[in-house]
Amino acid sequence: MQLISLQDLSVSYGGNTVLSHVTVGISPGEIVTIVGPNGSGKSTLLRSVIGAQLPSQGKVIRSPGLRIGYVPQKLHIDPTLPMTVRRFLSLPIKVSDKQAKEALEQAGAGQLSNRQMVDLSGGQFQRVLLARALLCKPQLLILDEATQGLDQPGSAAFYQQIEILRQTLGCAILMVSHELHVVMAASDRVICLNGHICCEGEPEHVASAPEYRALFGSGTQGALALYRHEHNHSHDHSCGHDHGKEHPGSHSPDVIQEARG
Amino acid sequence: MITLLDSFLLRAALAGTGVAVAAAPLGCFVVWRRMAYFGDATAHASILGVALALGFQVPIFAGVLIIALLMATAVSGLSGRGFAMDTLLGVLAHSSLAFGLVAVSFLQGIRIDLMAYLFGDILAVSRIDLAVIWGGASLVLLLLWARWSALLTATLSPDLAYAAGINPKREQLVLTIALALVVAVAIKVVGVLLISALLLVPAAAARPFAATPERMAAIAAGIGALSALAGLQLSFMLDTPTGPTIVCVAAVLFALTNLGGTIYRQITAA
Repeated sequence: MQLISLQDLSVSYGGNTVLSHVTVGISPGEIVTIVGPNGSGKSTLLRSVIGAQLPSQGKVIRSPGLRIGYVPQKLHIDPTLPMTVRRFLSLPIKVSDKQAKEALEQAGAGQLSNRQMVDLSGGQFQRVLLARALLCKPQLLILDEATQGLDQPGSAAFYQQIEILRQTLGCAILMVSHELHVVMAASDRVICLNGHICCEGEPEHVASAPEYRALFGSGTQGALALYRHEHNHSHDHSCGHDHGKEHPGSHSPDVIQEARG
Repeated sequence: MITLLDSFLLRAALAGTGVAVAAAPLGCFVVWRRMAYFGDATAHASILGVALALGFQVPIFAGVLIIALLMATAVSGLSGRGFAMDTLLGVLAHSSLAFGLVAVSFLQGIRIDLMAYLFGDILAVSRIDLAVIWGGASLVLLLLWARWSALLTATLSPDLAYAAGINPKREQLVLTIALALVVAVAIKVVGVLLISALLLVPAAAARPFAATPERMAAIAAGIGALSALAGLQLSFMLDTPTGPTIVCVAAVLFALTNLGGTIYRQITAA
């Protein structure tokens, strides 16, 4: 039983098709990373998963009682709204001090409980958002460009935390990155999105290849892998964009499978 | 039988605190969600409700409530559809006031004291008015209390709300209804022109002392009630119009708390 499955999903805003005919399923415990350039529909895809965006075609099927932990791309808290980290964790469902402390420690934000949200640094803020997402004991954790605004060691540390969480909590993870070449080494599957699914790959197949190992970032303790590929092929459809320009680098075609054209 | 409620001053005090205690926590949401003009548009439109109520001979409260609900729903429906909201709300707020004033002038054979609706007439609050005010205020507080957590989550981020199974559009509707109710009960106390002040000023005055949203709402309610009582007392002593005097007191409290907050932060930072 898949946790969530998007079936032939299309989304349009006022005549513009943002996503067309996307079919994706996520199984329990799986880490799926979506990469794609700006405006490729990554956030729209995540918003469809959490139910914030209604599809114009196709459907989203959630397994009954699915618990989703969502870490948004950015969260602007109005300075007129006083909000301690502790209070924030109890939204919308009240949690005990013990639960709050545990979640903050799991997210690597142990000492922040009494701080005001607006006073946190970018990295601290993301960890608090992560802690809040963990409180519902999610079966599926969704991260929307969660490391945006963090420097490289910062995002490496964040991804290592995520990997630890997956091992301890066993939840599935769906995340998005606009950094086309940098995805989490632990990903089970990488989906390249540009309005439609361009291709899907399984990095553990890639990982055994020496060329791929050579591409691991050495300064990130293996938390980040460089994922390079190029669409030096043509789809059997016209989608009005140039695949070649957006994905520099190269990959061996047997690794990345064409999902649909 | 003569009871305590026979004193017009006591009735005024109860009416003022009733409206202030309901308006202040709602006002916090208006501040947090940057809906100040939204309150203005709804409040100003209610003068049209007064004209219609007088024209069709229905209770003022009912006329104002219906028009305020219509206006608040229209405005919240238009928001998020790509209009330049501040401009649109400004247009709606002022044109609805103008249309309302023109509509009032069409009423023939009815002598109405326009000033009483523009600036309130708290000293003329009747027992029935008092019942309506406290009924409406209780309903607003009950709505906010029942939906508090969902309202806060939707205020922080609509997407966080969706992910938690909360529909932010429904929470917006709750605020819309609460706002229409506050406008309908506040018109007698401060009048259409100053209702927004009763929403915004106590909430803004409470901000420097609050670490959590709940504390801000509670402090705002206290500041609102204090403003109502002190304003009433001052207007009695100085023979000034009561509604504006209440707002003046709230504004002075706002200046004091924010100044105090700034000085406190400088001292603790030094």
